[in-house]
Amino acid sequence: MDFAIVRGDYGMSLLRLDNVTIRFGGLVAVDKVNLTVEQGEILSLIGPNGAGKSTIFNLITGIYSPTEGKMYFEEKSIGSKKPYHLAAAGIARTFQTIHLFNNLTVLENVLIGAHTRGKWNVTGALLKFTPWVRGEERELTEWAYDCLERVGLADKADELAMNLSYGAQRRLEIARGLAVRPKLLLLDEPAAGMNPQEKATLLKMVKVIRDSGVTIFLVEHDMKFVMNISERIAVLDYGIKIAEGPPESVRSNPKVIEAYLGKGAVNSA
Amino acid sequence: MAEVLQSIANSMDPYMLQIFVNIGIAIILALGLNLITGVTGQLDLGHAAYMSVGAFTAAIITIRFNLPFSVNLLIAGTLAALVGLAIGFPILRLTGDYFAIATLGFAEILKVIFLNLDITNKALGLSVPPPNTSIPMPFYVWMVTILVIVGVTFIQNSRFGRALKAIREDEIAAETMGINSTRYKNQAFAIGCFLAGIGGGLYAHFIAYINPSDFAFMKSIDILNMVVLGGLGSIPGAILGAGVLTIAPEFLRFMSEYRMLVYGALLVFLMVFRPNGLLGGVDFRKMVFRIFGKREKKVLR
Repeated sequence: MDFAIVRGDYGMSLLRLDNVTIRFGGLVAVDKVNLTVEQGEILSLIGPNGAGKSTIFNLITGIYSPTEGKMYFEEKSIGSKKPYHLAAAGIARTFQTIHLFNNLTVLENVLIGAHTRGKWNVTGALLKFTPWVRGEERELTEWAYDCLERVGLADKADELAMNLSYGAQRRLEIARGLAVRPKLLLLDEPAAGMNPQEKATLLKMVKVIRDSGVTIFLVEHDMKFVMNISERIAVLDYGIKIAEGPPESVRSNPKVIEAYLGKGAVNSA
Repeated sequence: MAEVLQSIANSMDPYMLQIFVNIGIAIILALGLNLITGVTGQLDLGHAAYMSVGAFTAAIITIRFNLPFSVNLLIAGTLAALVGLAIGFPILRLTGDYFAIATLGFAEILKVIFLNLDITNKALGLSVPPPNTSIPMPFYVWMVTILVIVGVTFIQNSRFGRALKAIREDEIAAETMGINSTRYKNQAFAIGCFLAGIGGGLYAHFIAYINPSDFAFMKSIDILNMVVLGGLGSIPGAILGAGVLTIAPEFLRFMSEYRMLVYGALLVFLMVFRPNGLLGGVDFRKMVFRIFGKREKKVLR
């Protein structure tokens, strides 16, 4: 695959936030943020606790709508779209706190992720044994198994999601997101609570997913993970974007060090 | 054929036959509520109200127009579904307790409306003439019951049913997976009300007399009990719950005034020892595979 094209060196941005602000009462959670996600890249969003990272994800996926500013996905405005429109448009996500369908099987979880790929509704339910509905169901199931294989959970397909280990649950969330067949996959702290081994596996997995043509935008606290995986990093502090660039430049940016460690740290560094 | 069925019905003990039919109707009602409360996770405390819409519609149609009973039932079910949609559309945006309270309120409103309408004969209620059908009632009821069981099984194990379960499990996650939760909740609610309407129509013609207070809050709670006792979201559970809770009061009849006391205690005990319901969390597919020793891997591949 030609990475020059995949990484969007031709200037095609997949997602663009234009002066996006959201206020909850008096609290400005995200303040005039401009951010661009390029086609095919791995972009990380970092920042101290409460900086507004998850809020930005909730804005992009339509759970919140911005108080001010505009958002564009593939150059189409998405500011007032509902989550289910955005999923259909090609934005999938995982959650910081695991939001799996606990009492359903692993396979069912991924099949629900593949929801937008099917079309039969109530009538389809009643025509269950006609070739069209069965064909669609078989197609969805095969696709779901493909997604499970990509995160190494195909052998657990019939277990209940809540019986999986923590790391496996995180991977299942990724598989469920992949089942949407997204153009942009948002990962909200994918490495949280994982041991170093699981993190290494995750790192490889995310890169493979990117290489298959899915743009990755992730929020993460584990700096080693972020520095290893990202091509670009954006830093958020108190809702304001304070830095953006390749990992090396962000790491040495005084503003970033100040946000994380306080003013004294900049002088002694 | 009709004569043979009629003679079978006549040869059965009428008391047993009545319980048998009541179980069938209870199953239809429980499965309708199970779809709303068990599968989609929306606690509906006014299911008997949609049953009453179906019951009165079917009764009035039989009295005035004497249409074929199947057509009659379809109209009754459709009208119940429409009333359900009219109520569901504004209140399905509410979540949890608020939704439950709203269903409760609307159910009481419907009851009061029926108590004051001339066409439903106000508080006197309606005497319902025998339905226009050649099949005897007990068999007709069970024919419908079996159709309903097959229908809801199909619905629950489809793409549509999965979307409903996803909404129950986690509405936000379901929406980010592309499920329009408002639309799906409304559809599930309408189907549940449709079944309640059909159950109501059958009830009206089997009991032959209906009164708005037959469909009060306690009736809604009875149906809810069946669903919860059997195991929320489980079709075999709802069927078992409907059966057990229809038969139990009959078995307890010898205790006369203490009957409901024991019935209540029974419910409490069951909930203590089987908090997920009798068949909650029982996967019949897995059980069959376990018994016959077959591995259940990648069935569809």
